[in-house]
Amino acid sequence: MTIQWTTLMVIIGCALVTMIPRVLPFIVVRNLNLPESVLKWLSYIPVCILTALVVESLLIQNEDSLQIDWQAVIVFIPTLVIAIKTRSLSITVIAGVIMMALVRYFF
Amino acid sequence: MKDVQAIEEQPRGKSGEEQVPSSSNSAKELYTSAEQQTEPTFANGVRDGIPTLLGYISIGLAAGIVGAASHLSVVEVGLMSLLVYAGAAQFIICAMLVVHTPISAIILTTFIVNLRNFLLSATLAPHFTRYSLLRNMGIGLLVTDESFGVAAGRIAQGKSLNDRWMNGLNLTAYASWIVSCVVGAMFGSWIADPEQLGMDYALTGMFVALLVLQLGHLASEKLKHYLRLMVYMVIAMLLLSLVVSSQLAVIIATVIVATIGVVTEK
Repeated sequence: MTIQWTTLMVIIGCALVTMIPRVLPFIVVRNLNLPESVLKWLSYIPVCILTALVVESLLIQNEDSLQIDWQAVIVFIPTLVIAIKTRSLSITVIAGVIMMALVRYFF
Repeated sequence: MKDVQAIEEQPRGKSGEEQVPSSSNSAKELYTSAEQQTEPTFANGVRDGIPTLLGYISIGLAAGIVGAASHLSVVEVGLMSLLVYAGAAQFIICAMLVVHTPISAIILTTFIVNLRNFLLSATLAPHFTRYSLLRNMGIGLLVTDESFGVAAGRIAQGKSLNDRWMNGLNLTAYASWIVSCVVGAMFGSWIADPEQLGMDYALTGMFVALLVLQLGHLASEKLKHYLRLMVYMVIAMLLLSLVVSSQLAVIIATVIVATIGVVTEK
């Protein structure tokens, strides 16, 4: 139950650099009327960033190589079908986890 | 605020016009004024956050286990999840602490890994301008990929966002993250490997579902535009991941393709 000085410094420093990008837009946007082109640009962010996060989770990046996580890709296809069919966050997540567990168990 | 609504209404107008406003079973697709006026509560926010909890719990347990394995005390793991509150970054911090990386390098890496939060917050912030600075900061501090995804889904459905709903969503996630991290750090050695159980895949499943929910409300012409952009995203991610860290690739690819989206919009 101890806190090391170095660890504490790292936690505080990392907390600050994480908080700044999280909070800054909320402070700036309040005092600023964003032009329509910027709002239009922002409307594309959700689809773009969610696509990026899906792709990122299907890749394995090592120091000097980039690999495709084939297990994750195999499970991704039925997960996508289930998401489209059910439109349900809970069902998709639970089905995805079960399928991944099965794939890891058998392969 | 008016500008935001004007933009939101574009896809809405197309898909909504043909519908009969009085039919209640089409509420999912239809954005009537009544739908917009219902103010969601804190409890609604908590409920909307529940499907994302499996992701937080599995990754949080894993982050706690990794923390303990990296010789961090339970207090340190708890403090980190309380203050840093970021999945990928916490794993990286632990890994770098173990090999005695200089503090400045750990902080710089964390900054880059979490920089995408700027894009998430910038997208949500215009919907909360009517609240006080303090309230805005409170919301912004707790925005995560998942809570952003759920909130953006709500925007895509044409429903209104408010502070109580967002706080319900954010605090549910925050509490479950901290508890999971601490439990992982305390009982890590007794818990079965969450990865073997496929639980790490909860995150991918969640992003896939959030993405589908984003696209589910678009008119077909708009949908084609988005699908093209998604192809560009995949290409950009693959190419950029060859040269920069995947976290940086997420930011650069998103900025580039969102710009292409605006330029090629009809």
